[in-house]
Amino acid sequence: MDGWLVYPMRVSEDPSASSFEDLAMPLFDQLYNFARWLTQDTAEAEDLVQETYAKALRGFGSFRQGTNFRAWMYRILRNSFLSSRAGLKIVVPLDEEENENILPAASTTPESILIGEANREMVRHALAELPIHFREILLLCEVEDMSYQEISATLGIPAGTVMSRLSRARKALRGLLQQNLEGGRHGV
Amino acid sequence: MACEQWRGKLDLYSDGELAPADEAALRAHLNSCAACAVDVLDRVQLKHAVHAAGKRYEPSAQLRAQIAKTVAKTTAKKAPSANVWGWRIIFVPAVVMLIFALALNFYVGREYAGRQRVYSELADLHVATLASATPVDVISSDKHTVKPWFQGKIPFTFNLPELPGSEFSLIGGRVTYLEQTPGAQLIYQVRKHEISVFIFPERALPMPSLLAGPVNALSFNTESWTQNGLRYFVLGDASAGDIRALSKLLRDAG
Repeated sequence: MDGWLVYPMRVSEDPSASSFEDLAMPLFDQLYNFARWLTQDTAEAEDLVQETYAKALRGFGSFRQGTNFRAWMYRILRNSFLSSRAGLKIVVPLDEEENENILPAASTTPESILIGEANREMVRHALAELPIHFREILLLCEVEDMSYQEISATLGIPAGTVMSRLSRARKALRGLLQQNLEGGRHGV
Repeated sequence: MACEQWRGKLDLYSDGELAPADEAALRAHLNSCAACAVDVLDRVQLKHAVHAAGKRYEPSAQLRAQIAKTVAKTTAKKAPSANVWGWRIIFVPAVVMLIFALALNFYVGREYAGRQRVYSELADLHVATLASATPVDVISSDKHTVKPWFQGKIPFTFNLPELPGSEFSLIGGRVTYLEQTPGAQLIYQVRKHEISVFIFPERALPMPSLLAGPVNALSFNTESWTQNGLRYFVLGDASAGDIRALSKLLRDAG
């Protein structure tokens, strides 16, 4: 199964110059945060991070120069997560509607009132409610600050699909925030 | 450049992914266009809100220590072995087996991935449609209104069932795309569950033989079949029985 999940990829650093420990341990906190968001469970997230490091250690010898180490680690984590849940596959779409990026400018969009700390929980709740393929791409872009190219390498999808899926994910998040805001107002 | 031509690039701009020349031109446009500037501000605020909300979970010190120990221990074990031939005797057959396993995985995985890609795309379309403020472009429970609305918008026509007496009701429809092919998406409702019915020309879709039958895709129940050269997909969070019942009504109408 490891052969299916762990792809030999290249690292930008020379492996002889940088040890696995030097490259991988600084990513520990970020990887755990991502794992926790994917699994929605502390124990499962801890198991997933441990499995990721174990697989990465085994595959590290096959590295050559040229590829992003961080994207490789996230990809191992994500593949491990997928293989741990029967039926849950986030393999994905090719065609995306060209106009998906076009969203109307509006003065009362949900985000304009979501800046404060008080509303952070509402965004977290909406993120947790999103379908997992939308949640993961938003986390990689907004929380991990990955470029489209890194996201493309992590998720194994073309850069064009990264753009359109991000657009759909944001649209879905806005929809949930709007619903939650309206629900909150009605509840008052 | 007019606003409409920039709108599609506002996400790229907010994500710092625009080419330098385009970025400079868009920045100049934002200086003179309040509507686009507000739009960009909203996108940036949403990014910041997700950034702040997403950095939520911290690992325990125990997990950190455990992994650091494993990494240090494994790295130490990987000192070069003097017995090079022994290493080769073990690993050469293993590599041959691995290559065989990868080839097999690749073949099976490619077939499976094609099917999953189609269903994932449909699930995406279904979720995105329901999340939209305007899920349907033609709103009507009357099939004689919905069906003619598609004339001239998609390169085929189809039949819809009469629903009186059944638990299903038609909400409306919209034009959608799968594998760069235009098709129809109809939204039905049964006991508060929304179900999408997608109709596309059969010849435009990949691996038709792999698409038929009931499937559980991303926890949605689905049913798919071919009729009169058209591929039908019925997908929703309703029960498998409801999906089958709506599929039967559509089949009988076709």
